Amino acid sequence: MSRELSFAEAMNEALTQEMAVDDSIVIFGENIRGQGRGELRGLQDTFGDDRVIDLPISEAAMTGIATGAALAGARPVIHYQVSSLIFPAFDQLVDQAAKLPLMLGGQAHVAATYLIMGAGASGGRAGQHSDNPYPYLIHAGIKTVMPSTPSDAKGLLATAIREDDPVAFFVPVRLTAMRGPVAENPYVIPLAQGEVKRNGRDVTVVATGHLVGDAIATAEVLSKDGIDVEVWDPRSLLPLDRAGLAATVRKTGRVVLFDDSHRSCGYAAELSGIIAENCFRDLKAPIKRVTRADVTIPFGQAIEAEVLPDPARLEQAIRAVAAWE
Amino acid sequence: MPTSNLDPASLISMYRRMRLIRRFEERTAELIDAGDIRAHAHLYIGEEAVAVGVSAALETRDITTSTHRGHGHILAKGGDPMRMFAELMGREDGYNRGRGGSMHIADVGLGIFGANGIVGAGAPMACGAARMFKNRGEPHVAVPFFGDGAMNQGVLLESLNIAAIWDLPVVFVCENNQYAITSPISEMSRGSLADRAAAFGLEAETVDGMDVAAVHEAATRAVARARAGEGASFLECRTYRFEAHNTALRAMDLTYRSAEEIQSWRERDPLTLAAERLDAEDGWASGDRVAMDAEVDGEIEDAITQARDSAIPSADTALDHMYARTYPGFPAGVSE
Repeated sequence: MSRELSFAEAMNEALTQEMAVDDSIVIFGENIRGQGRGELRGLQDTFGDDRVIDLPISEAAMTGIATGAALAGARPVIHYQVSSLIFPAFDQLVDQAAKLPLMLGGQAHVAATYLIMGAGASGGRAGQHSDNPYPYLIHAGIKTVMPSTPSDAKGLLATAIREDDPVAFFVPVRLTAMRGPVAENPYVIPLAQGEVKRNGRDVTVVATGHLVGDAIATAEVLSKDGIDVEVWDPRSLLPLDRAGLAATVRKTGRVVLFDDSHRSCGYAAELSGIIAENCFRDLKAPIKRVTRADVTIPFGQAIEAEVLPDPARLEQAIRAVAAWE
Repeated sequence: MPTSNLDPASLISMYRRMRLIRRFEERTAELIDAGDIRAHAHLYIGEEAVAVGVSAALETRDITTSTHRGHGHILAKGGDPMRMFAELMGREDGYNRGRGGSMHIADVGLGIFGANGIVGAGAPMACGAARMFKNRGEPHVAVPFFGDGAMNQGVLLESLNIAAIWDLPVVFVCENNQYAITSPISEMSRGSLADRAAAFGLEAETVDGMDVAAVHEAATRAVARARAGEGASFLECRTYRFEAHNTALRAMDLTYRSAEEIQSWRERDPLTLAAERLDAEDGWASGDRVAMDAEVDGEIEDAITQARDSAIPSADTALDHMYARTYPGFPAGVSE
């Protein structure tokens, strides 16, 4: 598996391979011709503009159109250019697509994939282009994945498209250009299947999205001081691999949650609750969270960095948890 | 008296369907008062000609989306009163297995994508289905029903634009009953609603929504245009709700509409208008209005009796139907 692709190229390959074998897959998006990251490159030429459909700047209607297309038998993929664009579409996501199946008593399902690009902060994108809004969708019951490598991106995107329920696929802005090995043939990574990204004995870091790489790098630094860190990536945020989470907590008994969503009611808060309820006797130290601060992302360089989870504060948290007696 | 080229057999069938809706709604109000339906409902009484006139121009494979005031749209397209009463009563035989209630009744198999509790929210879904019909070369049409209040909702205006630029087989049906809950249209919008749709590039017309034949004629034209690939249309049907916004508001004794105004619209009751024409033309095939009303009323009573016999969903099924596929511990329940 020596071939390397970027994260966006891996997504493009998954879309191409899935669309080639399933005519019911259609992509809805805005500014299709202007996408520079590569995840949609060439798709309109290959599959035509009836399957890769360009819309006006109308996120609410775009999302509702996808739901209607799904009810009429399609498997829509909806492309949001930046993560905050789910907000204009919020009713259609959380009050329509997510709720329809139960309200219909199982008469129909909505096999939609929400491709949410540009998630998180990347320096200077300020308050409305730096969000990681997955807790909103998880709270609404929308299945949610956030890969941390190109290989995981390809397998999880194929799964999201094939799943008969709405699935939100978050693409961390800092990973779009990340390169890594990706198998050429189609494959899937099931939902609710996390992965140990680095084996360790002393402390578990549960890391999500772009923070997985930061956690691995921090672990290498700490290994020189004799602290052996395990990094576990849930990959699928909802449903969660509860058995995988419990296994790594049982193994180390010390946990740091490293997540770039808000601290209050954010993803780390949920993980913390699950661990406290289910793994109490396995814990040798209190759970620590390193998260995004509960504020709007400020523009300036130093003040932006101050409110985001970073390796330096992760390292402090790991040292504190490792030293707890 | 309405005049049209509509043949008596079609008018009888539409009268019958309007009567079915009227009686369904009257009995729904009574069942709510009696506690047999443990919720409130938005009654369609007064607006029957819109749903029936439009739906008579549709085929089963055409799809509709509906509103919070949805019972009429569902019955008009062929919904089963028994399964609707069962849904209102929260029973397993309900269309949604008792999971939806009044504001979410749907029969996806009959092309009824369902009532909706959020104003205007069904319109983009209708456009999405229409886009798939067009992509697949299928001759079907999508009809979103909505009220005058929805004409000030962003997602509906986005949908009008997209239907126009894509030449979608959509017939937007605006039931202008003059009030967004209690707010009069004259205070909430400037200009005519049909003009607003025309500005998006849609074929738009205003029609007497109390005259089922007039609604049917306009809908037939719009549906034919959609099937022929000539694009989307907009029908503003001028109508009136005879009752309160919903059954909960009946007791509030609100004064936003004068008794005279309500009475003037009641004098144009869509059922009376249709029946008068059938009387004048000696159009009842056999019997008369009284006989037909009795037949419909019997059908409604049978539906209620059957619905009462349906099972109540058991508590251990409360998490069912949200997902096509579940996983260990997902969806989560109330406690671990």
